[in-house]
This record gives sequence, structure tokens and C-alpha cells, in this order.
Amino acid sequence: MSGVRVLVGTRKGAFVLTADGKRDRWDVSGPHFGGWEIYHLKGSPADPNRVYVSQGTGWHGQIIQRSNDGGRTFEPVDNKFVYEGTAGTHQWYDGTPHPWEFKRVWHLEPSLSDPDTVYAGVEDAAMFRTTDGGKSWHELPGLRNHGTGSKWQPGAGGLCLHTILIDPSSPQRIFIAISAAGAFRTDDGGATWKPINRGLRSEYIPDKTAEVGHCVHRIAMHRSRPNTLFMQKHWDVMRSDDGGESWREVSGNLPTDFGFPIDVHAHEPETIYVVPIKSDSEHYPPEGKLRVYRSRTGGDEWEPLTKGLPQQDCYVNVLRDAMSVDALDTCGIYFGTTGGQVYGSADGGDSWKPIAEHLPAVLSVEAQTLA
Amino acid sequence: MVRVELPAHLRTLARVDGEVAIDVRGAVTQRAVLDALEAAYPVLRGTIRDHVTKRRRPFMRFYACAEDLSHEPPDAALPPDVASGREPFLVIGALAGG
Repeated sequence: MSGVRVLVGTRKGAFVLTADGKRDRWDVSGPHFGGWEIYHLKGSPADPNRVYVSQGTGWHGQIIQRSNDGGRTFEPVDNKFVYEGTAGTHQWYDGTPHPWEFKRVWHLEPSLSDPDTVYAGVEDAAMFRTTDGGKSWHELPGLRNHGTGSKWQPGAGGLCLHTILIDPSSPQRIFIAISAAGAFRTDDGGATWKPINRGLRSEYIPDKTAEVGHCVHRIAMHRSRPNTLFMQKHWDVMRSDDGGESWREVSGNLPTDFGFPIDVHAHEPETIYVVPIKSDSEHYPPEGKLRVYRSRTGGDEWEPLTKGLPQQDCYVNVLRDAMSVDALDTCGIYFGTTGGQVYGSADGGDSWKPIAEHLPAVLSVEAQTLA
Repeated sequence: MVRVELPAHLRTLARVDGEVAIDVRGAVTQRAVLDALEAAYPVLRGTIRDHVTKRRRPFMRFYACAEDLSHEPPDAALPPDVASGREPFLVIGALAGG
């Protein structure tokens, strides 16, 4: 029987939520790694029982855990992330040069075909890869060294590489995003990279259409259309139909186009979801109403989804890695809040209910569709 | 044997209860104790001191015999009571955060 496993990373541990295909009743296990920050955990598309976890604290730094049984048990693997060659400098908040320093892994993206290969997006921004199931990690230095790295500057959350999208039709082509540098693409498996930010406009940088410097919050793609990308930027929801070569704004009638996550329906490549947030200085929903907005037209025209979501006095945030979809026949959508709720919809967003509550602040949500 | 007491998160990570006893060859210094600790429990590498520079992580402290030894040179001899196993070497997480 089909089912869903939702992997939830929080400020104080990881939780694994499971349900059968009806998605009515959820079993909650955890906290795993209680007291540790879990920035992200994600399962391998090639082997759903293989789950990788980014675990850390300010005291003890980075740990990577691996599960071979779908999150029931875990074992630590290598946690050594060392930049290749001379690390060099990027820009600090005040524009002065600042040495590259590893801080944490924000995002783990397992290969689509090999459970032992995983990409890691880290702060300070760089991409690492393991090809031995986490026993060793090596930087793909072409990203930092392609020429603009010294101009990158951290966003408020740090200079983080937070999004990694692998093109299913050509796995050597990978899209990544960095706050606050922008989006980048490799066509050769990570050896060489190019910025793909043409069409982005950011009012908070001196050259509003610069090649790099844009605070991209998240990118999403439907696996059937890897040339079409959707982006939630610091402000603006954007779309590209040429693999990131150019972007156009599709914020349309959103009440605010600031936000963090963006995702695509599992079966409808033009149906996308965002969670509008009031502003960059007020990280909570406008009017205290938690609303997911859905566009069935790939942007521009948006409708609020409110059924089952709090519509008064709600002042939580939804972070960039905290939304995910399942691939059951009626697409399920899940998102977690900084108030510790995980909401789920089993009908494409028409209605919602909390599938876990009172958790620590949610940092990441990943849905796995189980056969 | 040198007795080492770890903070709770590291005891969980290393899957140990209470103190650990480690065999330290040669002079008993901070560096020698941490080298031996990491050799016995490789999962602790990078969690007390940096992987590469071997510098103490900012929120970690080392105490022994009612003294804060955190700022002592890593190759300075630890107190004789630590070397003899009479007193533990305490690895402490600083009081910070929430």
C-alpha cells in the first residue's frame, strides 16, 4: 500500500511523520537528535530508505547522519567539509573582504540515481559532494572559483547555498541558489558554473540588475519540464523558461511577493505554491492570516488557499526549505512553520490540517512518496 | 588512563554514558588527550576543535582541578592529578544559546 513519509528538521531535533495513502492519520516519531539543529534531511530518490541528515549546534559544529532504514536508526558519517585549495575571500556585510569559513550544511540533495552520491549546499556558500554514502566530502570548487565568488555577500541568514536542483533529463545539469549571490547553473556535473540571474531586479543592491548579488530564497522545478524554473526571491516571484538564461516576474496579484518557499504540484507543471510573507522586516503573514497561494497558470494569477489554516492572529514564518509535495495521485502538499506546526493537504492545497503541532521551529520539510 | 567527561550532546553522539577513560601515550597535554579521545571516538572529530586548525571551538571550554584551562597552550602539561586519573578532564559546553 502506498504511503507518505514526511521528514521534518527543526531547531531542536528531527521528526519523521508517516501516513498511509489516505493521509488522514499521522504517526510522529522523534525527536531524533534531540536538542540539535536539524537544518535539513532528505531521502534518496533511488532508495527511499536511505536518508541523509544535516545536524549541528553552535557548540559542536556540523554532523552528518545517515539512515539505511527510512529514519528508524541513524549512524554518523563524515563531517569534514574543507574548501579545496586556498579558500580566498567573499564580501562581508560591510563590503570588506572576509575569509571563506565553513559554518554548516543547509541542504542535502541526493542523486536521482545513486544512493551513495549526495550534494551538500553549505555556508559559507559552496557545494560539496560525496560519492561514498557520506564517508567523505569533497568540494566542487568550480562554483566558488568561476569568477564572481569574491563579490558574493551574505544575506541576513548567512552566505548559504540553500537550493540544489538536479535536472532529471540531464543529471550533469544542476541549478543552485545562494543568498545573497543569486542562481547558478552547471552543465557538466559541477566542474564549471555560470550565474543565471538575467531579468532579476533587486532594489537593495547598488546595481539593481547586477550579474550577482540577488537574494534568491528558493527555486523549484517540475521534473517533466527542467527548463522551466520558478523562483521566490527576497522580493518578487520569478519564472524562467530557458533554464535560467532569463527570468520574468510572475508575482501578479499576490498580496505581497516577499516569501521563502516555492514548490510545484507533482502532476501539474504549471501549478505552483508560495506562502506570502508581509515584508523583509516583518517575517509573518499579512493580516495575521496564514495563506498558501496557488497559481494554476505558472504565475501571474494567484488564489489564496485558506481552508484549515489559521486566519487570525497568526504570526509564524515558513522557511525556504520547509515546503514539499508528495507524488500520490492527488498531490499532497506539506509545509512547516516557525511556530512548530506542520500542515498537510491531501487535495492539492484545497484544504489543510495540521499533521504535527507544537514542534520546535520547523527548518525543513521533505515528503517521500512510498510505494 | 585519563578520565574525560563530555557534555551531554557529545556523550549521545559517541554513544557513551558518564566518563570515558582513554590511554594517552607520552606527555599528558590538551592536544594529546584530544588526539587520543578522537582516535577512540572518531565521531567526535570536529565537534570539540576544528578539523583542520585543531583550535578549540569557540563555545567549548576545558576545566580540570577547579581551573579553567581553556586558554592554556595545547601542548602545556595538564595537572598531575589529570595525568594520573585522579581528577577528570572536563570538556564543557559554554552557557550560551537557547
